[in-house]
Amino acid sequence: MNDMIVLNDVTKSFLSDRSIKDKDGKPHWFTAVEPTSLTIKQGEIFGLMGYSGAGKSTLLRLINMLERPDSGQVVIDGTDLTTLSASELRIARHNIGMIFQQFNLMSNQTVFDNVAFNLKISGYPSRDIHKRVMDCLAIVDLTDRAGHYPAQLSGGQKQRVGIARAIAPSPKVLLADEPTSALDPATTRSLLTCLRDINEQLGVTIVIVTHEMSVIRRLCDRAALLHQGQLLEVADVRDGLIQATTPIGKGLVVED
Amino acid sequence: MLTGTELSASIDKLLVLRKEIVSAFIDTFVMLGISTTVAIVIGGLFGVFLFLSSDRQFLQNKTLYAVLGGITNFMRAFPFVILMIAMSPFTKAIVGTGIGPIAASLVLAIAGSFYFARLVEQNLREVPRGIIEATESMGARPFTIIKVLLNEARSGLVLSVTILCISLLSYSAAAGMIGGGGLGDLAIRYGYYRYQTEVMIFIVLVLSIMVISIQASGNWLATRLDKR
Repeated sequence: MNDMIVLNDVTKSFLSDRSIKDKDGKPHWFTAVEPTSLTIKQGEIFGLMGYSGAGKSTLLRLINMLERPDSGQVVIDGTDLTTLSASELRIARHNIGMIFQQFNLMSNQTVFDNVAFNLKISGYPSRDIHKRVMDCLAIVDLTDRAGHYPAQLSGGQKQRVGIARAIAPSPKVLLADEPTSALDPATTRSLLTCLRDINEQLGVTIVIVTHEMSVIRRLCDRAALLHQGQLLEVADVRDGLIQATTPIGKGLVVED
Repeated sequence: MLTGTELSASIDKLLVLRKEIVSAFIDTFVMLGISTTVAIVIGGLFGVFLFLSSDRQFLQNKTLYAVLGGITNFMRAFPFVILMIAMSPFTKAIVGTGIGPIAASLVLAIAGSFYFARLVEQNLREVPRGIIEATESMGARPFTIIKVLLNEARSGLVLSVTILCISLLSYSAAAGMIGGGGLGDLAIRYGYYRYQTEVMIFIVLVLSIMVISIQASGNWLATRLDKR
């Protein structure tokens, strides 16, 4: 399988709150991601796991450059995103869908229009948009909700709209930032099945951030274990078990 | 209580003034129409840029935000009457005259623009940041992101236009000072200077009905547009 996502020594720090100063009196920089390299293969479901503050969400956001890395390369399907101009990056992003913990749907637009929006901005032929939206809503089993507004939906339904919206322009990569953290266990299970189906049927590479070990065990092929901005190890997930080898990694994995 | 005779005498006094009342009504509509429209366009643009240049937005720029914010604060610090006097050379240059409803509209438009700019900024700030991020992650152009922002904030924006319109109606009374005319001016000239209380009461009633109608339509539209 080809390498779909290659991160080469990416780093990211943020300027801390003004009240925190270093000893020399300068503002403190907080390192969210220490130099990290990672390769994710085409068609893989890859987990980013760790406690809060481990840098897993930041690492995910580096993949579509919602956060620009301080150094290193982000290579998606052979293209180094860090070298692209603003307009080239916009085009590259049509190939990278994203879903969010808080769904982030446009609340004043119907389900249909939320999905159609992503197709419009990615330059999808306008006469085919209606059919494509309905096809995507069928994949997430929401065709009967096309005319509803997000406020009229349950959390699980909102996240499924998020998925339909993200996959509409047929991206190669789907980034999922804690997609089940706002959902109850039963809804989480059905959402994970939905993501698994999409991966199998469409061949989309999925990168999912979560702090729930059960999500990794049920869904992922491999998972990166992160701790305080550092990549501890990349563990295989076999037979529903995360094969951690490092001491902290093992500690992370046993908790659930 | 008013007796029948007193009431009919009052109505007669109002009827004598009907031409002035009608023309004041027209002047008020002209002032409101021009100034609200201009303030929505200029203030709207200004407000969008205020918001976009603020911290963590995609045009984030401390200097630009400070300059735009400074201009807005400075213009909003002017008491309306003083702004009118201060702007008179400017209105003369643009409209050709410093007096009359059109000249007054210009001053109202400027005062309203900076007022509205802040309201727009505040409304955009209430759009959840995640929605902007989701739009960015899809590869939307900046102009598309602005459209999404405005659409998400639309119900609050309609209420802000309502407040703007009512404030301008109230400011327009002061515009009488530069011959702006309008209902407020009529109420001051006849009701106050000439002690014709019935004119004052009548105009205040008309103004109240206008304010109530504007607010009610604004509320109605805002509720209809709000799908959150």
